[in-house]
Amino acid sequence: MTASPMIDVDRLRVSFGDKEVVKGVSFRVPAGECFGLVGESGSGKSTVLRALSGLNGAWSGRIAVAGAEVGPKRHRAFFRKVQMVFQDPYGSLHPRQTIDRILSEPLLVHGLGDVERRVAATLAEVALPAAVRFRFPHQLSGGQRQRVAIARALIAEPEVLLLDEPTSALDVSVQAEILNLLADLRRQRRLTYVLVSHNLAVVAHLCARIGVMLGGEMVEELSAEDLRAGRAQHPHTRELRTLSVGLEEV
Amino acid sequence: MLVDIADLRVTFATRTGTFEAVRGVSMRIGTEKLGIVGESGSGKSLTARSLMRLLPANARLSAERLTFDGIDVLNADERTMRTIRGRRAGFILQDPKYSLNPVMTIGRQVAEAWRTHKGGGRREAEEAAADLLDQVRIRDPRHVMGLYPHEVSGGMGQRVMIAMMLAPDPELLIADEPTSALDATVQAEILRLMEDLVTRRGMGLILISHDLPLVSHFCDRVAVMYAGRVVETLAAGELARARHPYTRGLLDCLPSLTHPRERLPVLARDAAWLQP
Repeated sequence: MTASPMIDVDRLRVSFGDKEVVKGVSFRVPAGECFGLVGESGSGKSTVLRALSGLNGAWSGRIAVAGAEVGPKRHRAFFRKVQMVFQDPYGSLHPRQTIDRILSEPLLVHGLGDVERRVAATLAEVALPAAVRFRFPHQLSGGQRQRVAIARALIAEPEVLLLDEPTSALDVSVQAEILNLLADLRRQRRLTYVLVSHNLAVVAHLCARIGVMLGGEMVEELSAEDLRAGRAQHPHTRELRTLSVGLEEV
Repeated sequence: MLVDIADLRVTFATRTGTFEAVRGVSMRIGTEKLGIVGESGSGKSLTARSLMRLLPANARLSAERLTFDGIDVLNADERTMRTIRGRRAGFILQDPKYSLNPVMTIGRQVAEAWRTHKGGGRREAEEAAADLLDQVRIRDPRHVMGLYPHEVSGGMGQRVMIAMMLAPDPELLIADEPTSALDATVQAEILRLMEDLVTRRGMGLILISHDLPLVSHFCDRVAVMYAGRVVETLAAGELARARHPYTRGLLDCLPSLTHPRERLPVLARDAAWLQP
């Protein structure tokens, strides 16, 4: 690989007080690819994502996005490039703002004009009816809300989406719709994804490469193909795989 | 039959009329493991809660028959209901974080549950609590008894909930999404523990979940609910032979590790599924 990767994380460490929860994690994601982080709760996978997104400044190591190193404090331009989608579409949208207001906000923050057209176009892109625009979040279903959250992340035209368990609060039929939407968007906009999930099947569906976290360390990085074929090296990866495959065999 | 439900309906009054959330559910449950599966809003939790008459105040409950071990739940007085709730039928909910009292040690909570149903002295209750925690395979019960809920993991919390539920030796266990807040490794442990306890004590189990493959692994029969109705009941081993398009759709739209697909099939909901 000659071009520098879109995301380059090198020996990332994060501590809460005197407890180190991310102990030197490194990975690279080439532009337009999807990297998955799996692990159980407490493994540090979400903490990696939060450090990457700038939500947590107390880290050490090196993080570079699109070839430029970033520090704990991020400039506004960073947030145009990198956006995040959270797990709970009930908690991540302002309950007293209309969808129109929610989607306009990033445009105002970044000083982008053409608000009317952009909001309408982004709603269409995430396959929401135009009528949704003047509704409040509580008037939408969970799946529709997650589409709004994705639209909000997309509206400032970022290059990187950080996805923290984007489908685990949703029903499986809705999960399928959201996963298809994310796959389409990545192809159309050449987006780079980092996807955090505890669900191996979901991660392998969307991501070509997968990092397995355990106790704050990335114990294995492997391709989705190797994971599917059972060519995992680390016992924890194998255990997670066995549990996931065990449920598929009905 | 431990539980006999015929034509159960739960209706909510809304501003513009009424909304029927459960629309004529019938099922009979003996000492077996029954799974109720459906998406959010399918009425699976309401069906189980109706049996305990634990419904929101604005819900209206009606049924042709709703009995627990011969007791008419529809017309039973509150005193009779209290002998069922918690005592003859145990309830386990999704997240132990919200079900346990945060300002009381685990030992006291389990002992309290035991004393409420069995009476007896403080010392005796404490012994019983340690024994119950041991039964749910908590390695060092005496130590855990001194801890507060925030000091234990989700899996441990759920074990404590199960221990409390076991105190009065119930005949039926209703578990409403007992493991959806837990990690995959812990999830399997808790379900195996529940399965083992239910089998060993000869209890009935109603396991409510949105996860069809998971439920079919741990139950004898699975009832699939859609929009307030049971659309299909299957023997757990026969999931692959499901006939209803909704059940098939639910199975099909799951991403799979072993059978990768470029795109996931999306469930096309048919208005005909709403008809009985």
